[in-house]
Amino acid sequence: MNWQQLSLMQTEIFLVLAVLLVLLADIFTGKDKKSRIIHLAHLLFAAVFVSSFFMLDKEGRLFGGSFNTYPLVAFFKSILMLGVGLIMLQSVEWVKKELIPKGFVSEFYALMWSSLLGLFFMISAGDFLMFYLGLELSTMPVAGLVAFEFYRKRSAEAALKMVLLAAMASAIMLFGISLIYATSGSIYFEQVRASAEMPFLELVGFAMLLAGIAFKISLVPFHFWTADVYEGAPTVVSNYLSVISKGAAVYILMILLFITLRRYEQTWTIALYILAVLTMFVGNLFALRQQNMKRFLAFSSIAQAGFILLGVIGGNVLGIKTVIYFLLIYIFSNVAAFGVVHVIAMHSGKENIDDYEGLYRTNPRLSLLLMLALFSLAGIPPVAGFFGKFFLYSTAASKGFYWLVFIAVVNVTISLYYYLLPVRAAFLRRSENPIPYFKTDLYSKIGFVILALGLILIGLYSPLYEYIAKLSEIL
Amino acid sequence: MDILTLFVVVPLLTVLALVFTKNLRQARLVALAGFIVQTAMAFHLVWKYLAERKAGNDAVMLFTRDTVWFPDWNIHYSIGVDGISVLMIMLTSLIVLAGIFVSWKVEDLPKEFFISLIMLATGVFGFFISLDLFTMFVFYEIAVIPMYLLIGIWGSGPREYAAMKLTLMLMGASALLLVAILGIYYHSSPDGHYTFNILEIAKNASIPPHVQKIFFPLAFIGFGTIGALFPFHTWSPDGHSSAPTAVSMLHAGVLMKLGGYGIFRVAMYLMPQGTLFWTDFFLILAVIGTVYGAYAAIQQTDLKYINAYSSVSHLGLVLFALLMLNKVAWNGAMLQSLSHGFITALFFALIGMIYGRTHTRDVRQMRGLLKIIPFIATAYVIAGLANLGLPGFSGFVAEMNIFMGGFLTGDRYRQILTVLAVSSIVVTAVYILRVVGMMLMGPPKEEHKNVPRAFWYEKMAVYILIFFITMIGILPFWWLKIIEPGVENFLKPFM
Repeated sequence: MNWQQLSLMQTEIFLVLAVLLVLLADIFTGKDKKSRIIHLAHLLFAAVFVSSFFMLDKEGRLFGGSFNTYPLVAFFKSILMLGVGLIMLQSVEWVKKELIPKGFVSEFYALMWSSLLGLFFMISAGDFLMFYLGLELSTMPVAGLVAFEFYRKRSAEAALKMVLLAAMASAIMLFGISLIYATSGSIYFEQVRASAEMPFLELVGFAMLLAGIAFKISLVPFHFWTADVYEGAPTVVSNYLSVISKGAAVYILMILLFITLRRYEQTWTIALYILAVLTMFVGNLFALRQQNMKRFLAFSSIAQAGFILLGVIGGNVLGIKTVIYFLLIYIFSNVAAFGVVHVIAMHSGKENIDDYEGLYRTNPRLSLLLMLALFSLAGIPPVAGFFGKFFLYSTAASKGFYWLVFIAVVNVTISLYYYLLPVRAAFLRRSENPIPYFKTDLYSKIGFVILALGLILIGLYSPLYEYIAKLSEIL
Repeated sequence: MDILTLFVVVPLLTVLALVFTKNLRQARLVALAGFIVQTAMAFHLVWKYLAERKAGNDAVMLFTRDTVWFPDWNIHYSIGVDGISVLMIMLTSLIVLAGIFVSWKVEDLPKEFFISLIMLATGVFGFFISLDLFTMFVFYEIAVIPMYLLIGIWGSGPREYAAMKLTLMLMGASALLLVAILGIYYHSSPDGHYTFNILEIAKNASIPPHVQKIFFPLAFIGFGTIGALFPFHTWSPDGHSSAPTAVSMLHAGVLMKLGGYGIFRVAMYLMPQGTLFWTDFFLILAVIGTVYGAYAAIQQTDLKYINAYSSVSHLGLVLFALLMLNKVAWNGAMLQSLSHGFITALFFALIGMIYGRTHTRDVRQMRGLLKIIPFIATAYVIAGLANLGLPGFSGFVAEMNIFMGGFLTGDRYRQILTVLAVSSIVVTAVYILRVVGMMLMGPPKEEHKNVPRAFWYEKMAVYILIFFITMIGILPFWWLKIIEPGVENFLKPFM
């Protein structure tokens, strides 16, 4: 091993350095100057983000194949970092208002980045050990983040729920992995793919593995933690959970299914079909009755995971590119929706749909962004979400799953109803005491402008899709 | 930039300009200016189209342009028009123009009102010029979604309910359509080079009959819902009655035409065997819609409901004519689309004016309007007479063609259905004349005596619409000359 080789994990190394630097800086800053840490954190993260683009043309493996990098995974890491960056931009005011008075700053960033680091290792994994380590590294810091508002009972409760259920899920997954190891004699993805013994026991192992990942993606019936955790956690953390960690889990699911489990394609197609139908229906039907915006978005994000499976079921290059394209759009839509909910909750403490009545007349720009984000989630053109969803349907249809597409479009119609509810409150209604006008800080504004532009342009600007398609071909 | 893309770009620029307006005065002027340009462009397009055909260009679509959008999926931004779309574009510009005049006094959020209205129109224009199923679908949804805000914010009555019902039904229908489009796409080519281009798919004709039988009803219902196909029409009376005047005009006048247009352009043209398999069934639905709409209109007392059901009835005739699959009937269908567009728009404009003065839309609450607001009342009579198919107005020519076409099929089943459909005309006369008698005749009510007469901007809207209603009625051959090549081309799969 030399530096040349080690540079393959350049993004990860830089991220570790960033974590250390931000923690160190915290020690050397005075009590009254803690807000400087925030600026530093953003600078550091921006630097790592920019550096991640240099990985786009690198390809190689480290540690005997347990760590892989290739253009697509590097690009996906950049997408994840972009998402985390946008979430950080939204969180600045919250950090200033809630965390600094209590003496925390760097911990927030360190935990979030560690979790991201875990996701990076997970999606780059070439064997089950690295995969599992990455997964754990990504989950544990999040539990800390969920509990960040520990003085609020809800936050602590959510963290406990998450830790217990996540531990359960990873236990099951470990059991699955050990069964796979027992049958195939290897933990490397490639060797597992090549072996073909005792398929039944191996299948059981894979089912358990799938359950563990499904927990992370919050597919029905592994979704029970989602709504409670999203509601209890600080909004920025829910945001992170709903897009970043879910997105990474979908990615590794595809890698495992398409490459390692190729020979079980028929089996997992059926499994995904059932999971997709269940997830879409449960997510959408439960979202119908939600009043709290965070719970609402939690169920919506469950339903979205069901739609993502439509692409995964495509099972080849087509599946990978449409899903990654959709994930990019989904990150923008959900981060924007959560972002609006977050700033409104920050400034007025209101989180219910009814509280949004008359919002357009007091805060027109926020309302418009919320509308864009919800339309994108619902898949209404010309907002980006439509293009993402359309390609997912096309992917499922390319395999002849017209019934699945039909069920999906029925679900889109259901989802349109509840996505229109906040729009109805904000635009159609008037209120005696609407949420008063407030100014958002510079950081959030920058974030919102990027999000709004992204929501409009990612769909209409086709070269971006073509780029993703090109990267996916090599797989 | 080509002549057709401008039809999408100019409204978008108008919207952009509207963003910077500060009050009602500025907003309406910008909107008006934008649509005067748009209307001028529409007339220019008709003129250029005629010149092109005269020069002997007999391509299916004129002014075509094709730019690759998503090469990976073979999605193109592909546009082109034939006579039918040219006239539809003209209809749309005129109705939006009239709608802007009618909305001269929008008090609440004027800027947003005009932006939504013009976004809707942009979608409609885009739909009429699209030759690519994907772009067509995108524009279709762009046309539907502003309706939610337009009805929900500026509507009246149970506006939230109506807006939600309309949006969900239309989007649900478009979801069916989406499945159909994917089905068409994956069978669009014998050699795996799938395409969304309508002309190419028709040329390849590679969709197997059993596939057509599955996807034709999806496409037909998908488009039919917005074309008020019975029993999927229920969004329309609620939607129309709650919508603000200009939106009702645009919606009944133009948006509902997307249904019939999509059916013959996509569903029938691309899936002829599917069409032949399903016509008998959908004919029954169309006739039920026609007759049921007319009878339902008799029962109503709310002016907007009367005209909404009347629209269901008249658009049922469009679907009916399309399903007859012959040239005379199709000519009638196109004329009926245009004629109904102008007539309903006029109706809804007048209803808006009447409501603005009497503050009621209940026919029983009004009397003797002819004496108080003679201009509006006379225009209402004209609209009514045109609607019931009086010779000299557009309705007569259109319906005459439709019923002749129905009989020409020579098939006993279709002739019986035609007779049933004809009966709706008699009923139309009943509900039109009943309203005219109750509302316009007799001694005026005391509280209505001081209402203002028609303002100049209202008169402008009325003049525009009446002019075209009579033009179709008096010079049907001029219009048919533009329509016919399109009809012939799109009937080819059935010849």
